[in-house]
Amino acid sequence: MQPKSRFKKPVAYYGWIGVFFLVLFALCGALYYSTLKIDYVWRWYRIPRYFIYEENVETKAFIDGEVERISRQDNTTSILVKGPTNQEVYTVEHGGLRVAEGDLIYPGDVLASYSRRRPGILIQGLWLTLKVSLIAIVFGVLIGLFGGIARISHNPAFKWLAITYIELIRGSPLLVQIFIWYFVLGTLINTLLARNNLYQISPLWFGVAALACFAGAYVAEIVRAGIQSIHRGQTEAARSLGMTYAQCMIHVILPQATRRILPPLAGQFISLIKDSSLLGIIAIRELTKATREVVTTSLQPFELWFICAILYLMLTFALSMFVQYLERRAVVT
Amino acid sequence: MIDVRNVYKTFFAPHEIRALVDVTTKIEAGEVVVVIGPSGSGKSTLLRCLNHLEAAESGHILIDGIDILNPKTDIDKVRAEVGMVFQSFNLFPHKTALQNITLAQRVVRKRSKDKAHEKAMFLLNKVGIADKAGVYPDQLSGGQQQRVAIARALAMDPKVMLFDEPTSALDPEMIGEVLEVMKTLAREGMTMVVVTHEMGFAREVADRVIFMDEGAIVEVGTPEHFFTSPTHERTKLFLSQIL
Ligand SMILES: Nc1ncnc2c1ncn2[C@@H]1O[C@H](COP(=O)(O)OP(=O)(O)OP(=O)(O)O)[C@@H](O)[C@H]1O
Ligand SMILES: [Mg+2]
Repeated sequence: MQPKSRFKKPVAYYGWIGVFFLVLFALCGALYYSTLKIDYVWRWYRIPRYFIYEENVETKAFIDGEVERISRQDNTTSILVKGPTNQEVYTVEHGGLRVAEGDLIYPGDVLASYSRRRPGILIQGLWLTLKVSLIAIVFGVLIGLFGGIARISHNPAFKWLAITYIELIRGSPLLVQIFIWYFVLGTLINTLLARNNLYQISPLWFGVAALACFAGAYVAEIVRAGIQSIHRGQTEAARSLGMTYAQCMIHVILPQATRRILPPLAGQFISLIKDSSLLGIIAIRELTKATREVVTTSLQPFELWFICAILYLMLTFALSMFVQYLERRAVVT
Repeated sequence: MIDVRNVYKTFFAPHEIRALVDVTTKIEAGEVVVVIGPSGSGKSTLLRCLNHLEAAESGHILIDGIDILNPKTDIDKVRAEVGMVFQSFNLFPHKTALQNITLAQRVVRKRSKDKAHEKAMFLLNKVGIADKAGVYPDQLSGGQQQRVAIARALAMDPKVMLFDEPTSALDPEMIGEVLEVMKTLAREGMTMVVVTHEMGFAREVADRVIFMDEGAIVEVGTPEHFFTSPTHERTKLFLSQIL
């Protein structure tokens, strides 16, 4: 049905589009107006530094002596400083050279300095959110794949284990699960590791584990539904040709189920990215925690929380685009 | 080739149905056996028991001397020797006609890509649709799909072919092309068990006809016997309804 044809006059249709923008602007305007009322000063110009900042890097001399030679290589410049008893070579970037051949040098003199751009705290947080989410997605899919297959297995051990896992995870809040992973399992595992003089596992991995197990339970249900949606005749045809259960799954059922699994899976991935914002409570400095830290130092909460939301939106949008691309590919092949 | 002795099969869901009752029959190598009978008489169940898609609950089923009801039997090995053609084709929709035929050759028979391809093309030629090799099932007519399905089963070099109403889902004008392929197979000496309502096919090709009713074999005989002088009342009734 053409959306326009629902309206008798095209004017009405465009009129309602106008209403849409009007409402949008009115909401933004109301927000802005009320911030003025409480004397909030918007300082957007303070935001970029949390994305990227300039860091000054200085190369200082350790000995006294004379600059004997300055030679340029492909990517770097070498400064040879010759002292009365010893000599040293300093390798610096091109440009920013503060000395010339023949200069006298004392310890602590700046030989070269240059500034470089570094990712700011928000970008670091964004990167960590992305990293945690992607790792959790990969493991979540693996857990979900095997969980889903176990769920429909006729073997009671596999089946009941899968059901128990799925129901436990889906029946309790993610926040509580994160606490259990960090404070209970994390303490247990790290204490045992310490007793055996082994490395400690960082909170990051307990966070990833919590997210992966959480997503895995939902993915398992999606996988189960996807597999069961494939007609029984497909299994029968494959098995009647002598394929084993595993061969039938790998070559016949899963490729077909994938197409039906992908759309709900995309929704699950998007939830997972958003849920990763809870990991801040166990000292993982992902995007939300990074934003909170910046807010306390910058005192510009309004701008920063909007930015934070937009960054999440960009991640989830990119992900859903990627899954749509996969879907289109799955349809073609 | 196939030896069925005192086979019973009961379904319990949704309610108790005795689908096979003391079925005993023997099918020799090279024989073409047509199974007929009213709807729900257990024809499909019998066929599906022969390659263990359905597990018979008691009795013995020997395929080429191997008891498939013995739990120690590697059923996948036996199934590779028993081709099956379904009423609803059951082609793999994500694979082309050619890939449908090469898949099991590659993963079950472990044939090389070239060998499997060669065999598939030979069979597609044989069933008369070599030009459709690269086409996906949803772009094939029912008759063409069923011929691909037959080629897919033949690619495993089976010793027996089972057909469960292979033409029942087809438009009338496509039934002929599928029956033609089956007749060729029969002429070449393939052992075949065919469930069908095509009495012309039975008359022309069958060595033996088995009539089933309510899970039991009621009457067995040559096509002439069946179509001229059936002995049992139920057979007469069934034939009078269908002919
Ligand atoms: N999986 C099943 N679960 C329960 N009952 C079944 C199952 N398969 C078959 N039956 C029942 O067993 C009986 C025999 O079925 P079968 O499919 O063998 O009959 P058929 O002779 O092939 O009939 P048709 O000509 O309709 O295909 C029927 O009453 C049917 O309802
Ligand atoms: Mg049937």
